[in-house]
Amino acid sequence: MAIFKLHVNGKEKEIDVDPRTPVLWVLREHLDLPGTKYGCGVASCGACTIHIDGVAVRSCQLPVAGVANKKITTIEGLSEKGDHPLQKAWLEHDVPQCGYCQTGQIMSAAALLKTKPNPTDEEIDAAMNGNICRCGTYIRIKAAIKSAAKY
Amino acid sequence: MSTQNNFNRRSFLKVSSLAGGGLMISFSSLAGLISSPEILEAVEDKVLELNSYIKISEKGLVTLMSPNPEFGSNVKTSLPMILADELDIDWKDVMVEQADFVPKKFERQFTGGSQAIRSMWRPLRNAGATARQMLVNAAAQTWNVPVEEITTEKGILFHKASGKKAGYGEMAATAATLPAPKNVKLKKLSDFKIIGSSKKNVDGENIITGKPLFGIDYKTEGMLIAMIIHPPAFGQKVKSFDATAAKAMPGIKDVFKIDTLADTYERNGFDTTSFTDMVVVVGKTTWEVMNAKRAVKVQWENAVDKQVVVNGWTGKTTVTIPGGLESTTKHKTQMSELAKKPGKVLRKDGDPEAAFKTAVKVLERTYNAPFLAHNTMEPVNCFAHVTADKAEIYAPIQIPMFIMQALTARLGLPQDKIHIRLARMGGGFGIRAYGHHLVEAAVISQKLNAPVKLVYTREDDMTYGIYRPMYTATYRAALDKDNNLIAFHVKAGGIPESPIDGSHNRFPAGAVDNYLAEEWEINSNITIGAFRAPGSNFMASAEQSFLDELAELAKKDPIDFRLELLERAAKNPVGKNNDYEAERYAGVLKLVKEKSKWGTNTGKVARGVSAYFCHNSYVAQVLDLVMKNNKPIIEKVYAAVDCGIVVNPDAAANMSEGGIVDGIGNALFGELTFVNGVPQKNNFNTYRMIRHGEAPKAIEVHFVQNEKDPTGLGEPLFPPIFAAVANALYKATGKRFYNQPFGKELGNI
Repeated sequence: MAIFKLHVNGKEKEIDVDPRTPVLWVLREHLDLPGTKYGCGVASCGACTIHIDGVAVRSCQLPVAGVANKKITTIEGLSEKGDHPLQKAWLEHDVPQCGYCQTGQIMSAAALLKTKPNPTDEEIDAAMNGNICRCGTYIRIKAAIKSAAKY
Repeated sequence: MSTQNNFNRRSFLKVSSLAGGGLMISFSSLAGLISSPEILEAVEDKVLELNSYIKISEKGLVTLMSPNPEFGSNVKTSLPMILADELDIDWKDVMVEQADFVPKKFERQFTGGSQAIRSMWRPLRNAGATARQMLVNAAAQTWNVPVEEITTEKGILFHKASGKKAGYGEMAATAATLPAPKNVKLKKLSDFKIIGSSKKNVDGENIITGKPLFGIDYKTEGMLIAMIIHPPAFGQKVKSFDATAAKAMPGIKDVFKIDTLADTYERNGFDTTSFTDMVVVVGKTTWEVMNAKRAVKVQWENAVDKQVVVNGWTGKTTVTIPGGLESTTKHKTQMSELAKKPGKVLRKDGDPEAAFKTAVKVLERTYNAPFLAHNTMEPVNCFAHVTADKAEIYAPIQIPMFIMQALTARLGLPQDKIHIRLARMGGGFGIRAYGHHLVEAAVISQKLNAPVKLVYTREDDMTYGIYRPMYTATYRAALDKDNNLIAFHVKAGGIPESPIDGSHNRFPAGAVDNYLAEEWEINSNITIGAFRAPGSNFMASAEQSFLDELAELAKKDPIDFRLELLERAAKNPVGKNNDYEAERYAGVLKLVKEKSKWGTNTGKVARGVSAYFCHNSYVAQVLDLVMKNNKPIIEKVYAAVDCGIVVNPDAAANMSEGGIVDGIGNALFGELTFVNGVPQKNNFNTYRMIRHGEAPKAIEVHFVQNEKDPTGLGEPLFPPIFAAVANALYKATGKRFYNQPFGKELGNI
């Protein structure tokens, strides 16, 4: 066990955990931020996507020891009132079916829009291919990303 | 019927948030008066229950109960829409609350078989209209005016002659004391204001902000995390285990073996459990438990044949669960051998063999499909807190009523002491109809006398079983000299279950004079269960691919060929048990033909058509693709759907798109194989799921406009798309695809 100071969603948090603990479980079980989801544990489904210094990262394979001095953003911190352009676009297009993968989808999309404010279909596919949705909401996700780019 | 509930809004909210999993209610807007939970909490208000589904507070807040578990088909929005329309309330003034499992209060709390909207349509319309009538009666009594002079609009009662008006809330207390009227008048379809207009998902905001809606998000004081170690192979069981190292690891409370269902327990049809004994690791946090799992040394042994009694829908039977370690290569050999032998005849019209002898052309083709894993994005989980006299369960479960028998038997508690609350499910697709996880979590909690959340790793989930069966179907058809279809023969089977499941009475049965349907089954210890459109998900694929090839042999356009047969089935049907309406079936084919501009030159774009009727809804699809680097790029899918009245059009389109995308994914990539009982894939790095870049670029969904009672959409769009893919791939490559997943032959997997 070791004590880590984390910067999560603009706040300083101190936790005492095994340094190998993936950030996913630190967020979900130690910091009460359940919006980041467990899907596979092997960085293959994208449900656990968060931002580290603004870049989309799978948190399920990311040891907490590696993020001590970095800025962590989760879905809960993406916007203050749930009104990030992507969140608004997600509602406009009524994207979710079961909803489980959607926070990860939004976090991947938010990182994409930071580097490419007007992404092409191909750029969206490339950035989003790591996020699985078994319900099959991909078309609405793409439409929502394009809408958000225009807000 | 009328009961009063004296808890106020504040206590209600307090209860809800304490119950963990966050806020259990959904807000749209609250009559424009109250806009946030904080303000709401400050309001002292009396809530009156007009019936099981409808609560109205004195201040006019309307809470509608959504009875069915929500797994993504959006019933939590569409079912309350039905209530709200008959209640005659403005949708923006409605709050929706997920009902707990309370069979005495709610009808059919069942999500599966695409039946929610179909089966709840009348009961919910009645519940809404009855509550409205009680409010009308209350107003008539209060104002001392004739009942028939009272009108309602958007939650307000009017008496025009006297100019009196009142909000529903003002009359709720009186209404709640009145008897519920019988046989209330329902709205005319043309008077619907909410049904037929698109309403957003009531959980939308909670989903996109990451609120704890799902079972796996549940948290409560003192809760322990439990994970299981189940046998790595079907046909194995626990022999012994050594947990010395695991127990010494940080955060670990205990390691022990559980037995869930005894061999002597008489199971119902949904008590499917792949492994009845397993090793359980319990600790403080998920990560610690995951680590400790790897440190437990388990010795496995091969199971021998055993018999269990299953009392399912078709009656009581003794089922043998065979011992032995099974492999896909052996399965394939067994299936091809059995496919050659006569099967069990399900339907025979005319004299098929005589007709085959007179045929000018005969086409025979065999289609194969593998086991499939459901792969819901949320892995198996369940919270349970079992004490001496009661059990509290919070679970992702599609059909809670079917697991009650096992819970009562295993826990030794009566049904009324077992309280199941229904978590939003991170996908279901059939597998969450089987409640083994509730039994496992409850058994673990009972043993520890502590609140426990059971969580499967993805690997535990994907290798647990309850898969879509492995299937084979052979089709034969005979054409006469004028290319008329004179005989049709289907023989299908599966491990361990036949896919036919009633489809022998569907098209093209009824459209051909000589018809034969046979089935066969091979037993297995690999467990199977309902998977999005059970049986149909394979039969549509095989049959609609076969009809495409048959139309080509008959030198006919594939849509026109089907329409000719449907015309025969409509005018002069063969047999008496036909289970489809030929006109509605033809209707969706005609609609998709029109919308896709079928028959026009599409250049390099290859098109495939498919249609199917299952789960009470009719679907026809046209799929357009081009090949790029030997991979199909799906340009567009057109779907025509007849599901009667469409309750929530945009959500219905979303569900339809989902069925199509999921179907394309499973057609191209879905496959689970076995070697010595061990599933050969256990996570998303090996099990190929459809991803963003592989989804169609566009999907157009067109609904047939009619006034028929609504039917469901969760399943019907899924089965036919497999064949639309195969038929388009044929046009693009010149090669027919008979074996799923098609991506394997294309070299895409």
